[in-house]
Amino acid sequence: MSFSIAVQVHDFDVGHEYAALTANDTAAGAVVFFVGRVRDMNHARDVKSMSLEHYPGMTETVLQQILEEAKGRWELLAARIVHRVGELQVADQIVFVGVTSVHREHAFQAAEFLMDFLKTRAPFWKKEITSQGAIWVEENVKDVKATQRW
Amino acid sequence: MIRVLFLAQLREQLGTAELHIHNDSVVSISTLKQYLVTNHSHWEPFIANSKLLVAVNHAYAKADVSIKSGDEIAFFPPVTGG
Repeated sequence: MSFSIAVQVHDFDVGHEYAALTANDTAAGAVVFFVGRVRDMNHARDVKSMSLEHYPGMTETVLQQILEEAKGRWELLAARIVHRVGELQVADQIVFVGVTSVHREHAFQAAEFLMDFLKTRAPFWKKEITSQGAIWVEENVKDVKATQRW
Repeated sequence: MIRVLFLAQLREQLGTAELHIHNDSVVSISTLKQYLVTNHSHWEPFIANSKLLVAVNHAYAKADVSIKSGDEIAFFPPVTGG
């Protein structure tokens, strides 16, 4: 396992991803991972389910670029991004970002960097199905600001 | 032929997912936008939206980027994944 991405309809298994990230690696003293999930409320709207669209081809290219940039900034041993697309229900997993490094500082920072840039660069779009109908999620200014710290 | 894609909310607003354009005056993102608005006047508020993002062959691009036959151009709203 080294540096890889996946865009997929089916769910991912965190235990499997963790095992793959650390397999045969005795140098990785630190593993940091993040899981994003569908939550039941957004901007005071009750979310019933979510539809996730992406731009096939460009999505994979951008995710690879983000991984490459993280590799250049921190001493990483392995990294993995998994992002789901299609129809998701409340509490479903959406995204997995996992990073391994010798020490935790690099792993923590790289994981945050990967999520910040995934959220603002990778061509995914969320449409929430709520009791008030289907609503496309608006860009979050907080996410755009978060990328400026890097 | 230039292949133009409209994604996510923009596709719903325009009622169009894809266009194929054969026109010698379309040589950049900005001339492509002019062409689209000239041929579909009701698209103007969506195409002129300053938040609209553009990719040429899967890479983010600015208005002055030149385009040619065989290119794939995608217009889409700010991204909201993760």
